[in-house]
Amino acid sequence: MLYSEKVMDHFQNPRNVGKMDDADGIGEIGNAKCGDIMKMYIKVKDNVITDVKFNTFGCGSAIATSSMATEMIKGKTIEEALTLSNKAVVEALDGLPANKIHCSVLAEQAVKAAVKDYYDKHGIAYDQEALCTGDCEVCGHDHG
Amino acid sequence: MYVYADNAATTPVHPTAVEAMLTCLNEEYGNPSSLHTVGQRAKERLDQARETVARCLGAEPREIYFTGGGSEADNQALLTGAVLGAKKGKKHLITTAFEHHAVLHSMKRLEKQGFTVTYLDVHADGVVRPEDVATALTDDTALVSIMLVNNEIGTIQPVAEIARLCHEKGVLVHTDAVQAVGHIPVDVKALGVDMLSLSGHKFHAPKGVGALYCRKGIRPEILIEGGAQEFGRRGGTENLPGIVAMAAALQEATENLPREMEQVTALREKLIDGLAQIPHSRLNGHRTLRCPGTVNFCFEGIEGESLLLWLDAKGVAASSGSACTSGSLDPSHVLLALGLPHEIAHGSLRLSLTADNTAAEVDHILEVVPQVVEYLRGISPVWEALETGKQAHLI
Repeated sequence: MLYSEKVMDHFQNPRNVGKMDDADGIGEIGNAKCGDIMKMYIKVKDNVITDVKFNTFGCGSAIATSSMATEMIKGKTIEEALTLSNKAVVEALDGLPANKIHCSVLAEQAVKAAVKDYYDKHGIAYDQEALCTGDCEVCGHDHG
Repeated sequence: MYVYADNAATTPVHPTAVEAMLTCLNEEYGNPSSLHTVGQRAKERLDQARETVARCLGAEPREIYFTGGGSEADNQALLTGAVLGAKKGKKHLITTAFEHHAVLHSMKRLEKQGFTVTYLDVHADGVVRPEDVATALTDDTALVSIMLVNNEIGTIQPVAEIARLCHEKGVLVHTDAVQAVGHIPVDVKALGVDMLSLSGHKFHAPKGVGALYCRKGIRPEILIEGGAQEFGRRGGTENLPGIVAMAAALQEATENLPREMEQVTALREKLIDGLAQIPHSRLNGHRTLRCPGTVNFCFEGIEGESLLLWLDAKGVAASSGSACTSGSLDPSHVLLALGLPHEIAHGSLRLSLTADNTAAEVDHILEVVPQVVEYLRGISPVWEALETGKQAHLI
């Protein structure tokens, strides 16, 4: 099989999928031209991510990594969420094929983008560099 | 119900082919190059298979060279055309932008060796225009290679007309007929081509065997040096079980062709009509100039790999030209050649049928595809942007 059982489970039964109308932060990462877009919504109370939702346009691993990333940050403080690495997402999914690792990078960036949006909306100062999302550069692909 | 609708990728091996193969494996184990009785019996089987394949294509047995598959035949044909041209000082080749990679990558290799290649536009409908070929031909042109049926969208190319105008200028013509043989009538004389490639596993024979038709008077370049097999043009002991299975499968396909074309075309039409009901979908390739079994659609707002995985889970085997399934970052070169934007090409679905498929199976596909498309659109931020008017629909 192309994907681990865990990836297939998160692909077929994605956790926290959907939109959030009253989100405190929304992050959108990727590019339809590249074939992946993740949109992540977070609800924050007392510095804790109390709820999280996502919508994803992309392949099986893009959907599975989004789902896993939302599970991994739900109930965590913002600082904890920002430490989420793509590697941790890959490990939690029992691995991804080499050419799909970029999906996990998108998931990590979607979390950071949502937090950045939360900070921006709430006038909270932050280190710009630490929250650099790089956008579509993860796929290293120039569409001119 | 599990429906196999990926016959353009490969077909199930038919009992006729299996039987021919088993007889060969069990009884005709000889090497056709051996002088003894066992070897000579194998040689007879090889000769019979060559006669069968030749008859099905309207060729002479001497014009059929067995290969290890369609890609090898394409490689051999292009090298042959290039070398023959170079001997006359001609170093220009013409092909299309949406050929199989066996042709495109061979062309790239020849470019590195000093040839220039023109890649013809295939227009929005996926059909090459003979007048474009006429315009591209120069005194320096050695070879024109244009596929008979496109492997992703199924459009049929006007190869006979192209061959006529190439021959008026003394230019050789090759056609990659891998997706055509066994599915539409293929007669080398009617097409008027100098070389033609075919592959057994696309018409219910096993994988690893194909053939190159190379008309009398043209000697194929040798890709595999070795013994004197295949008239000295391909070394290596023949894959006799594969070859006899391919001949049996081709004979069966040829005998059933008129009936099966009608049957499969009816299934295809039903499938196209049903899929066209899905909003913001698009049939790729000319509506009628297409081989009986191949249907290719794009669905806006979704990505092909997740579509395939869901279809597989719901009992439909299909394929897609999305980047995630093409093995590169770009979606299918075929869909891009039609002028489709990347974001649309990512959401493509190819369903390819044969006479083994039934109307009930098409019903199953038509039940499942709209469900999966709707589900994936429901979780797609791209679809949300399209539906809320933040982005304009492209199809």
